[in-house]
Amino acid sequence: MTTVTDEKPFIELTAKDFKSKIDPDWCAGCGDFGVLNALQRACAELGLRPHQILTVSGIGCSSNTPGYFNAYGMHTLHGRSLAFAAGAKMANHELTVIATGGDGDGYGIGGNHFTHTARRNVDITYVVMNNQIYGLTTGQVSPTSTVGMKTKSTPFGSVEYPINPLTSAIMNGATFVARGFSGDVKQLTDLIKKAITHRGFSLVDIFSPCVTFNLDNTNAFFKERIKKLDEETHDTSDWKAACEKAMVWGDEIYTGLFFERSDRDSLDHLEPILRDGPMSARSLETSSEQAERLIQRMM
Amino acid sequence: MADSYDFAFAIGGEAGQGIATPGDTMARIFVRRGLHLSAYNAFQSIIRGGHIFLTVRVSEELIYTHGDKLDLLLCLNQDTMDRHLRLMGPGSAVLYNSDKITPGDAGEGTQLCGLPIGELTGTTRTGLNQNTVALGAMMHLLGIGIDVLEGSLSQQFQRKGEAVVNENVKVARAGFEYAVKNFTPYPGEVATGPKPLALWSGNDALAMGGAVAGVKFYAAYPMSPSTGVLHWMATNARNLGIMVRQVEDEIAVANMVIGAAHTGTRALCATSGGGFALMTEAIGAAGMMEIPSVFINVMRAGPSTGVPTKTEQGDLWQALGASQGDFQRFIVAPLHTLDAFNTMAEIFNLTDRYQCPGIVLSDLLISEGRYSVDPDYLNMHPTIDRGELITESNGAGGDTPYNRYANTESGISPRAVPGVEGHVHVVATDEHDEDSRLVSDEFTNPHIRRMMVEKRARKFDGVVDQIAPPELEGPADADVTLVGWGSTYMAITDALKLLEARGVRVNYLPIKWIVPFHVEQITAVLSAAKKIIIIENNHSGQFARYLRGETGITANGHIHKYDGEPFMPHHIVDGVVDLMEKKEAESYVPYQEVVV
Ligand SMILES: Cc1ncc(C[n+]2csc(CCOP(=O)(O)OP(=O)(O)O)c2C)c(N)n1
Ligand code: SF4
Ligand SMILES: [Mg+2]
Repeated sequence: MTTVTDEKPFIELTAKDFKSKIDPDWCAGCGDFGVLNALQRACAELGLRPHQILTVSGIGCSSNTPGYFNAYGMHTLHGRSLAFAAGAKMANHELTVIATGGDGDGYGIGGNHFTHTARRNVDITYVVMNNQIYGLTTGQVSPTSTVGMKTKSTPFGSVEYPINPLTSAIMNGATFVARGFSGDVKQLTDLIKKAITHRGFSLVDIFSPCVTFNLDNTNAFFKERIKKLDEETHDTSDWKAACEKAMVWGDEIYTGLFFERSDRDSLDHLEPILRDGPMSARSLETSSEQAERLIQRMM
Repeated sequence: MADSYDFAFAIGGEAGQGIATPGDTMARIFVRRGLHLSAYNAFQSIIRGGHIFLTVRVSEELIYTHGDKLDLLLCLNQDTMDRHLRLMGPGSAVLYNSDKITPGDAGEGTQLCGLPIGELTGTTRTGLNQNTVALGAMMHLLGIGIDVLEGSLSQQFQRKGEAVVNENVKVARAGFEYAVKNFTPYPGEVATGPKPLALWSGNDALAMGGAVAGVKFYAAYPMSPSTGVLHWMATNARNLGIMVRQVEDEIAVANMVIGAAHTGTRALCATSGGGFALMTEAIGAAGMMEIPSVFINVMRAGPSTGVPTKTEQGDLWQALGASQGDFQRFIVAPLHTLDAFNTMAEIFNLTDRYQCPGIVLSDLLISEGRYSVDPDYLNMHPTIDRGELITESNGAGGDTPYNRYANTESGISPRAVPGVEGHVHVVATDEHDEDSRLVSDEFTNPHIRRMMVEKRARKFDGVVDQIAPPELEGPADADVTLVGWGSTYMAITDALKLLEARGVRVNYLPIKWIVPFHVEQITAVLSAAKKIIIIENNHSGQFARYLRGETGITANGHIHKYDGEPFMPHHIVDGVVDLMEKKEAESYVPYQEVVV
């Protein structure tokens, strides 16, 4: 079903070709612009075609991304992007499936899917715009909000500890774990390209500041602190080192590729059923031999 | 009916005593002879202990229930003897291990058949051997030759090696020979039907119906009594090429099914009420994004965790209210196993044509009951209608832009799947315009919103005419009209024969389709009825309320059962006879005699 039916010569696409007709309605200065930009560049640089890509999101400011991206897309339910994305990928593994969303969407309400999609190693690239706040619902605490953070739902400061998306992903079995910053589109483009190319579940957690509701973790906050992993010695096959670097939060905060493993294959390669091609392309007819076998079992 | 062969036996014991195996052996012996079979297993949600009571009824005629009487009782423990001996009538026989079980006072005409298991097996370690001894004795009582049982046992234990086969055959023969010397067989011969029949459960029927309808993606989270569908799918996944996944929860199940369906794959899932509750947000999403997808809810006794191993029709309003907002969806309650099988291809075609979700309401009685079926009735190659599905580029995208939600006259907008060039679009659960731009957060537009609500609603204009209406069974001028929905078809159908035999002039309107509802046809039938009695397996009369809401018709009597056990035919007979005498509309609640 994914066959390219035209014989047109291959025309190189640019980031612009991945812009949709709709202009983003994000607040001016929102980090999500940078993420969208990097995503568009990454797809263009990888030579992907819009009809071969399926972007899938939940609900949130960040989850509006598929609407602004020229590709097939599903703008689904709050927290459910990975479940929809995994279903689509398992049914048609020839599609490049990219899930996009926010910290609340992915690590809060969608936490169970985050755990199990990573464990299952479904070949999906998961781009999370982590602004440490619930943006769309006008500024409540999120699972990645820091201790003490004052939000509309924690007016006296949050007393809960945040989740660490990167260590969680590594523990859950994700085979590619990276962190980017919306203020560094070049690095982010590179990380997203690597994530899409990686065979298996890839997490790209991105600091994507909400300029309207998170006045703690701003662009300036990250610019002052970010250190790039590839500028130091870091072994991306060492999960302990990856976790240690991921937990650093203070004067220094790391971005880059933390962890990658190739010893665990992705679900679409592990599942023998998929060896005959995508499910979506199968004939729906039952053969006489298959039917006979089914009936014999009942006799 | 009186002249035709009709025989019922029950096996009682505790979980872990291996009731399923002798039950299965006997069931297969009967269906191979071409007899119709209906089996109901009353059990609890434990792996060992408790009380299990399997009732198997066979008949020369098509039957739908395990009936009202028992001809043979096999007690595997004292508890079974104590509970059920009182139910045995004249002409019946009771088999038990006389080493361990003391019979109570049998009613007149009940033959007590104690089997000295230790002596017959040459061991004090009774174990599962007592079941095989009893099977041997049953062969004599029924007048079926021991060779038939030997054949079955050889086949059954073949894989375990010759020694096991021989041991079983030896023990069975000991039981048979003891019975020949000591017990009186039933008069008359066991009938044979024209050809061997197959054996299946309703879950098998739903799963296989889905498979032959072209299901290529099945996701589940285990929940009784729907798990049989998952087991069937997992067993047959390789043979049929179906992607089967057990995933983290029912929320994931439902959303994955829709994700898979969006790629053009026929996708299915099954659960029970609790899991269905978790799926409901997704069902609305399928309605809004217009993605065909099918959700089976196998009802069990609720609310909440309820009684996981017992049956009920308590989720009608849950299905009707599944997900917020107005949206188009099908809701169907199959009447019996063969109907469940056929319903699957029908609902897949309908959901594809109308691009919306479909809900199938089964229940424990259909799904976990075992029934015979004539294999010649199984259409393994049903018509497959994908509706307006675009799977290949047709050149659109240039001068003729593709709008996923084009405001067509029929309300149905051609659906392109990801991967097709020139049709790139984003489906959305937010309200959207024809081109799927959101009409929700940043800008709203009452006119577009109205247009899109009406576009989706228009799909269902006339949909009811695409589906066969319910048909009245029995004389048009009957004194009483019975109305039931879903699985009560089985008990009502068996009860009709008994009512007719008692001289009650009765007819019956079986309802299968809940949405769409054949208001016109149902109103026409019921307006002509002299007295209407609604029969349903729940407490509050969920269907009666729905019928009143849709047609304005109120019933003259209700028969409700909500003790977890299914209706037996005589429950309905007694209820109808009782309510026929009442002037005012009343409810009749039958008493459940078999306590398990
Ligand atoms: C089931 C459900 N619960 C709540 C909401 C309301 N809701 C929409 S977006 C959102 C949080 C968004 O936060 P995040 O995912 O971090 O995205 P952001 O807006 O920050 O990008 C909530 C609570 C919803 N749409 N659905
Ligand atoms: S509210 Fe925050 S996250 Fe949402 S668009 Fe505005 S800046 Fe971005
Ligand atoms: Mg957020």
